[in-house]
Amino acid sequence: MLRLQFIPYSEIEDLTSENKVTKVLKIAKNNRIILLEGRLSPAEETLLIERTMSNIDRRFKGIEICSIGDSKSHDFVKKIKRGLAQLLLGVGSSGLTIIGPASIIKEIKRDPDKIELLTKNIK
Amino acid sequence: MGFFDYLKSILKIFQIKKTVRLGLYGPVNAGKSSLANKISLDWLGEEMSEVSKIPHETREIRVKEKVKIRSNGKELDFNLIDTPGIATKVDYEDFLRYNLSKSDAKKRAKEATQGVIEAIRWLENVDCVLVVLDATENPYDQVNVTIIGNLAARNIPVLIVANKVDLKSANIKRIESAFPQYNVVGISALKGTNIENFYKELFKTVR
Repeated sequence: MLRLQFIPYSEIEDLTSENKVTKVLKIAKNNRIILLEGRLSPAEETLLIERTMSNIDRRFKGIEICSIGDSKSHDFVKKIKRGLAQLLLGVGSSGLTIIGPASIIKEIKRDPDKIELLTKNIK
Repeated sequence: MGFFDYLKSILKIFQIKKTVRLGLYGPVNAGKSSLANKISLDWLGEEMSEVSKIPHETREIRVKEKVKIRSNGKELDFNLIDTPGIATKVDYEDFLRYNLSKSDAKKRAKEATQGVIEAIRWLENVDCVLVVLDATENPYDQVNVTIIGNLAARNIPVLIVANKVDLKSANIKRIESAFPQYNVVGISALKGTNIENFYKELFKTVR
């Protein structure tokens, strides 16, 4: 069974980067896929990778993560096609971030015109 | 003009050469160490890193100092910094497929996680970065976006190196359209394809 947890931006906007990362990681370690409204900053994403690496053990193998751009845009496909320019530095309530444990998500593929979330066969 | 900009312009006037700390960053198995070896071999006559088909071969930072590179009549000193591949997951079971024993696979996984952390921390210590991507892979990977976004936020000059262009499935155009604001140079670090052009682009990036 896949368990998804939605986190509205309002729930993280006042948190420090450290606390945002801790919150996200705690949920991922509980085998849930997070749908986060908005995006982490590049520095926060890097911190998330660092903390993920520190937490890897027999049970927790890491995460898969994917951010997509401005949700206010009606055509984010075009935005991605235009390149990731705006994604690179973007942060805030627009867009969506998907984060999940690597034990459940095999891969998140982002192509210019589609996003695929491939899950593992969970025994 | 800030103090550091002022200092930079003074250094330029007196042509004082500084050593450029050149980081090689990218996802796992993109060919960072192969490129570091190619550069080191071209200018020092010796390789600097072990390479392997097994992921996470480079698990600690390797530095080669005072690499003097010449291109188009110009010369610059570089410290080459070969870093472990950045990943969001490490599973020791993946290494078992390469005939590693369970204990070796676990040791490798542990060292790989430390390597990723070390690579991220070294972002503080680079002046310019070669983001090495495997041209046969999908460039829209979050690891690539995170690395490049981080460098952009730090104002660190970036040259994207699309490696493995000798392979049939290589697609430089896809990398160019993913990161249109950056120069992308296609090479094969292993075969030396287009390496002269790579050095030209490197000098343009360092400025």
